[in-house]
Amino acid sequence: MKLIEQPFVRRILNGRAIWPLLALAVILIADGFISPGFYEIRIVEGRLFGNLIDILYRAVPTALIALGMAVVIGTRGIDLSVGSIAAIAGAMIAWRIQAGDPHGVVLLYALGAGILCGMWNGMLVAFLGIQPIIATLILMVSGRGIGMLINLIYGGTDPSFQSDFLQWLSTGSILFIPTRLYVFAVIFLLLWLVIRRTALGLFVEATGGNAAASNLAGVNAKLIIFAAYLICGLTAGWAGVILTADTHTSDPVSVALYIELDAILAVVIGGGSLAGGRIYLGMTVIGALVIQALTTSILISGLPPEYNLIIKALVVLFVLVLQSDNARRGIVSKFRRSP
Amino acid sequence: MAIMKANTAGATRIAMRGIRKAYPGVLALDDVDFELHGGEIHALLGENGAGKSTLIKVLTGALQRDRGEIMLDGEPVNFAKTGDAQDAGISTVYQEVNLIPAMTVTQNLTLEKTHGRFGFISWRKARAQAQQKLDRLGLKVELNRTVGSHSVAIQQMIAIARALDDDTKVLVLDEPTASLDADETAALFDVMRSLKAKGIAIVFITHFLEQVYEVSDRITVLRNGCKIGTSLIGDINRQDLIAMMIGRDLGEVEEAFAGERRDGSGEVVLTAEGVGRKRVLAPFDLTLRAGEVVGLSGLLGSGRTELVKLIFGALKHDSGTLKLANGTAGNNPRASLDAGIVLCPEDRKSEGLVGELSVRENIILSMQAKRGWLRKVSRAEQEKIADEMIRALAIATPDGEKLVRQLSGGNQQKVVLARALASSPRIMLLDEPTRGIDVGAHAEILTLIRTLCEDGLALLVASSEIDEVVASSDRVAVLRDRRKIGELTGEDITRDKIVTMIAGDNL
Ligand SMILES: Nc1ncnc2c1ncn2[C@@H]1O[C@H](COP(=O)(O)OP(=O)(O)OP(=O)(O)O)[C@@H](O)[C@H]1O
Ligand SMILES: [Mg+2]
Repeated sequence: MKLIEQPFVRRILNGRAIWPLLALAVILIADGFISPGFYEIRIVEGRLFGNLIDILYRAVPTALIALGMAVVIGTRGIDLSVGSIAAIAGAMIAWRIQAGDPHGVVLLYALGAGILCGMWNGMLVAFLGIQPIIATLILMVSGRGIGMLINLIYGGTDPSFQSDFLQWLSTGSILFIPTRLYVFAVIFLLLWLVIRRTALGLFVEATGGNAAASNLAGVNAKLIIFAAYLICGLTAGWAGVILTADTHTSDPVSVALYIELDAILAVVIGGGSLAGGRIYLGMTVIGALVIQALTTSILISGLPPEYNLIIKALVVLFVLVLQSDNARRGIVSKFRRSP
Repeated sequence: MAIMKANTAGATRIAMRGIRKAYPGVLALDDVDFELHGGEIHALLGENGAGKSTLIKVLTGALQRDRGEIMLDGEPVNFAKTGDAQDAGISTVYQEVNLIPAMTVTQNLTLEKTHGRFGFISWRKARAQAQQKLDRLGLKVELNRTVGSHSVAIQQMIAIARALDDDTKVLVLDEPTASLDADETAALFDVMRSLKAKGIAIVFITHFLEQVYEVSDRITVLRNGCKIGTSLIGDINRQDLIAMMIGRDLGEVEEAFAGERRDGSGEVVLTAEGVGRKRVLAPFDLTLRAGEVVGLSGLLGSGRTELVKLIFGALKHDSGTLKLANGTAGNNPRASLDAGIVLCPEDRKSEGLVGELSVRENIILSMQAKRGWLRKVSRAEQEKIADEMIRALAIATPDGEKLVRQLSGGNQQKVVLARALASSPRIMLLDEPTRGIDVGAHAEILTLIRTLCEDGLALLVASSEIDEVVASSDRVAVLRDRRKIGELTGEDITRDKIVTMIAGDNL
């Protein structure tokens, strides 16, 4: 067959990695103009402070959930219940601290609740064959109610709590750097190892790409789908821990509200397709950063908050258009036709 | 253009000149000319990956060319999308059937031209129109069933029926007969001949040379993206034609097989006793032996695919037992794979391959599934296996990283085989393994199957090509109306005997 060289620039433009990175860079550069001193980083009370750190810091819950979401979307699924799972995990914390458990065990309770929720979703989707959007809608709707019921177990009137350990996990710092960034890095690394150093990632992508073919090729598609929702439940549980420990209050009604939308957007900005078949963990994190950077810049720009969502929507639309094959082909061919 | 050879009835309908088309990294068409006359059947030939499908996609506007011009009846045309070509009278059946599986036959057949008023569809009219389209091909299909519930062959026929239109001037058929039986092929040829008589120009792509000689008037050969030549079918013999296609002589590989058949003295590796499933296949007995090829013959819908899937566990049997040399079979694909059984499904697009994954990932998928998720095949090993398979099966791809959906049809088929082989099976179940594979590769794959057998592999090959079954099998099981009606061995394996059996005449 006849092979031809592809020009370097075309290869980059055709690549998927360039656009989200570019978007992030543009947002951060624009911030520099909007707010002088945007890039300043100071040390206050033994911890780094500054807008850039703040973006990383605030992006953690969304990024965590987006990682799990990336795996689920890889199987051609979706998990709408992540916010509710975070709420349940948070309620779990308040309850078990109230019950007097050691705080390490409380953490396990919260994560365990996340895993159980994930298994529930996985069972509905993989073994009962319910469509993901409907299956996870069930927990999305009921999950916050479950959180409130957990609060009620012990009276629930005063769901705030004190826990040095959990607060340290969420808002503390080690060597000037916020603890939650370490937590995130460890989870990211573990997930990356599970996905890329075992064959799980390949199986997820094969199942998402063509479940029938994967099944005939010997991949246990149902088990793979189940595992994906389990993983997503676990990362949502972690996000719940971080968010709840931050406010030291179990507030099932409003914690992590609409976080599923940001998480899905992060995955999609990172190059994942809702049609399934690919997992990009690293780019998903970039996607989450794009969303957080955008939110932060709108805040510091002093625009009325009403513009917040609209600008966010516009930027997201822009990135997605650039990523779409058709639009890109159009742009690239303009380059080529010109000489 | 003005000087036309005798025999080619009409005037030039389509002239493509200097066509060039590159995909990222691959030059698929390099300065290709192609000319089509009214009232002729023009066979477009070439190896897998030669550029045939690309050429017709460029013609119909499914792909945009990089360079070159296309004239329709002397006027330059530029179809921006396939609908434009359709409006200009060019009807096309693409290689990968693109019907909508979840819609009914009626809906699929009347998608482009709906009938009714004020935007409402009149389903009565639609059904009548659909029926009329099916009647042209003499096809009997339930109109209200979904397309996806029909076999690949029926789907292929429905796709052809859909393409045929009253105002068709040019009909393009990309490997329409790849999954058809003799009867359907004959029906299709009748239709093609009658269209030709009406002055319609037909492009016909196929890898079956007998069919080329049977039905076409002229041939054009592509090799490696270049046009090699055009000739009247009467002016070229089979040998020369093959040499034109593959650039060398094929030798007499195919004939070499028909010689000896093995006697079936190998160790029994699989025994099916009364295995069946209600409404799918009547209970059957079958044994597979190491080092033996069992052919599976029968008409479309006779239960070939179902039998293979029952053995693999992709369909669960509800009667009988399936025994392996080392215990009972698991009745699901996963367990079968562990037991050394592997299936190459008939429909490569929907059941065979994961299009969005690379060639390498597809090739190692079964092998990896067998090992389990924890023991990952290292990247280096994956590449080694993929490269070996690409070489052994001559898969036309720059490397293992190309996405499978970007390969040509025949090369995708080879990837299905490669994946099965890479899982080091002891029993291979092949459902239409050579569908869409070119002459050269066809011979090579048959040789490969033979070699594997000598190494103790047991093979079950379901095929609609009776000649292939005759050429490669040591034993033939014959199916009719979802029932196994008998087996042929040794001297009895002849085309005639098989044809009589499947046709249902009493022996
Ligand atoms: N979407 C694509 N992206 C990249 N390369 C492609 C794509 N489609 C086809 N190709 C390449 O272009 C070449 C020609 O492919 P084409 O499908 O035209 O072959 P073909 O002659 O129809 O083969 P076959 O007999 O196997 O159907 C092949 O090398 C193939 O790998
Ligand atoms: Mg083709």
